[in-house]
Amino acid sequence: MAAITLKGLGKSYGSGYAVEGVDLTIADGEFVVLVGPSGCGKSTLLRMIAGLETVTKGDILIGERRVNDVEPAERDIAMVFQNYALYPHMSVRQNLSYGLKNRGMSKAEIDTRITKAAETLELGAYLDRKPRALSGGQRQRVAMGRAIVREPQAFLFDEPLSNLDAKLRVTMRSEIRQLQRRLGTTSVYVTHDQVEAMTLADRLVVLNAGRIEQIGSPLEVYTHPASAFVASFIGAPAMNLLPVRLMSGALAMGDQRIDLPPGLLPPGLPEGAGLLLGIRPEAAVLADTGLGFDIAVSHVEELGAARIVYGQVGGQSLVVQVQAGQDIAPQMRVSFPAAALRLFRADTGKALT
Amino acid sequence: MTRSTFNHRLLPWVLLAPQLAVTAVFFLWPAGQAFWQSFLRQDPFGLKTTFVGLGNYAALLADPYYRSALWVTAEFSVATAALSLGTGLILALALERTLRMQRWYTTLLVWPYAVAPAISGVLWWFLFNPSIGILPWLLKGLGYHWDHGLKSGDAMVLVVIAASWKQVSYNFLFFVAGLSAIPASLYEAAAIDSAGPVRRFFTITLPLLAPTGFFLVVVNLVYTMFDTFAVIDATTKGGPGQSTTILVYKVYQDGFVGLNLGSSAAQSVILMGIVVLLTVIQFRVVERKVEY
Ligand SMILES: Nc1ncnc2c1ncn2[C@@H]1O[C@H](COP(=O)(O)OP(=O)(O)OP(=O)(O)O)[C@@H](O)[C@H]1O
Ligand SMILES: [Mg+2]
Repeated sequence: MAAITLKGLGKSYGSGYAVEGVDLTIADGEFVVLVGPSGCGKSTLLRMIAGLETVTKGDILIGERRVNDVEPAERDIAMVFQNYALYPHMSVRQNLSYGLKNRGMSKAEIDTRITKAAETLELGAYLDRKPRALSGGQRQRVAMGRAIVREPQAFLFDEPLSNLDAKLRVTMRSEIRQLQRRLGTTSVYVTHDQVEAMTLADRLVVLNAGRIEQIGSPLEVYTHPASAFVASFIGAPAMNLLPVRLMSGALAMGDQRIDLPPGLLPPGLPEGAGLLLGIRPEAAVLADTGLGFDIAVSHVEELGAARIVYGQVGGQSLVVQVQAGQDIAPQMRVSFPAAALRLFRADTGKALT
Repeated sequence: MTRSTFNHRLLPWVLLAPQLAVTAVFFLWPAGQAFWQSFLRQDPFGLKTTFVGLGNYAALLADPYYRSALWVTAEFSVATAALSLGTGLILALALERTLRMQRWYTTLLVWPYAVAPAISGVLWWFLFNPSIGILPWLLKGLGYHWDHGLKSGDAMVLVVIAASWKQVSYNFLFFVAGLSAIPASLYEAAAIDSAGPVRRFFTITLPLLAPTGFFLVVVNLVYTMFDTFAVIDATTKGGPGQSTTILVYKVYQDGFVGLNLGSSAAQSVILMGIVVLLTVIQFRVVERKVEY
């Protein structure tokens, strides 16, 4: 097991950078999730760590060793692919042993490792089947098995659960988490699913257009998003971002005036500055805390455990989530605890609070 | 909603009729004729025909020329299949490496397939022509005196190359299709699993290409047995001696040149038998064993 360090890492495919200026240290045994929208460079970053893409700029270190020019086989990492990439002409056992044989491991040692992995992943009954004769979930396990028998320095996962149905995805998610805890292997996991990211990560790395937007624990990222992009990407339903203006110490949104409690506004902002007011839908309370809006409800989504209310305020749409069973009136007042409000600069999107 | 279906019993047959008629007139009828003819013997003037049962077949098997043609065919088929498959595979692998050049490269390699076999035969005859061809001239520089008119080894090399030439494009196309069906992530997984390029080729590429390969082996063998008449006729005409007289060429020689129709028909039937056998092997053995 080893730490992974990325220093000013960049990748260009000819025109512009798909990944740029990535600085990240992944501690030994840590589970880091790279999350971001499609095309933001997650896979590219992961594949550079694996050695499947060349590095255009910067350095990759695994442990103390700089691996920029080291072959994938020599990096001592294992990767789980989105389509599993199982060898279709080999049985499950051969799939698991292939990498070990290639490394010249003794037959006895290979057998021990396969037996152990098969036990861990409950693959015992399938060892002599071809991948074709396995269900999606079983193939996923074989792909995991192929990674763990290697006992590598690090696991790299590229959206390994995206081909499974919703229910299986939840099960496999917690299995992967438990397995990683038990083995203590440094892991880098790529996903565009923010729920997967939140539940798996020790630390989240939010990527946008090839750059890191924020690094932090899932809770940090959720409660203190570093930018409007992160705020809208992490959390479902997404955080409301209302364009407001600073007017004599309060926020103006259309004809509504929001008086902020003292201390919430950072000093030094010019009068009339454009800001984004961030409010999590689930932070809404129906009791009046003194800080809130009158909204015109346009429609309601029933989730069973909660209700999602879509409304309009001052010409902006606003989404709030209330508990099940609460009455929804066509016009109603929703309030927010002051601590749940976030402010971002409208121009750069950077967080102010 | 109602689904429109043909509920008339006759209609499918009416629609099939033209195809069936063509098959009957151009394939079944002549095949039947040949089959019947193989049991007959005509006198040298074509005036009298007698039924001789399996006489033609017995005579063939006793005929050293025929046995030599069998052997020549085996040699020719295996060499041609090996050469055209090998070359097709190498070119397809090269294409995988240089995908960027795909367009002109593919076009260039498919081109010989479009050239009629006789033209390609003449082309090779010309290239290898001992007095005016460029290759004998180059070989002479290397100290080899090329003459496929006199040396049977040279003649065999010439017909094998000429026959392979056309098949290469066909094999190439199938290998390219087979290769592009192998997902890149398999090679990446294998690379991470410490398999170098050579090992990846033998443990991933080849096994996954095997179904394509077996299919092509059969297609190529059938081609060399049936479809190479024009190549032989345009290059060596079966010579020198009998050294490049393959079965299909002998059918022509004995039937149309020698006018020994009974024997020629019997040879056709045997040739047909071999091809049917190969096809059965293809469907029964190969298709079942190579699945994964
Ligand atoms: N081989 C390539 N050649 C050129 N551009 C590429 C190549 N691979 C990726 N890109 C570009 O790099 C960017 C990042 O791609 P990448 O595959 O890393 O995205 P991703 O975050 O993994 O997206 P997804 O969630 O859809 O998998 C994209 O804009 C993509 O078009
Ligand atoms: Mg990706």
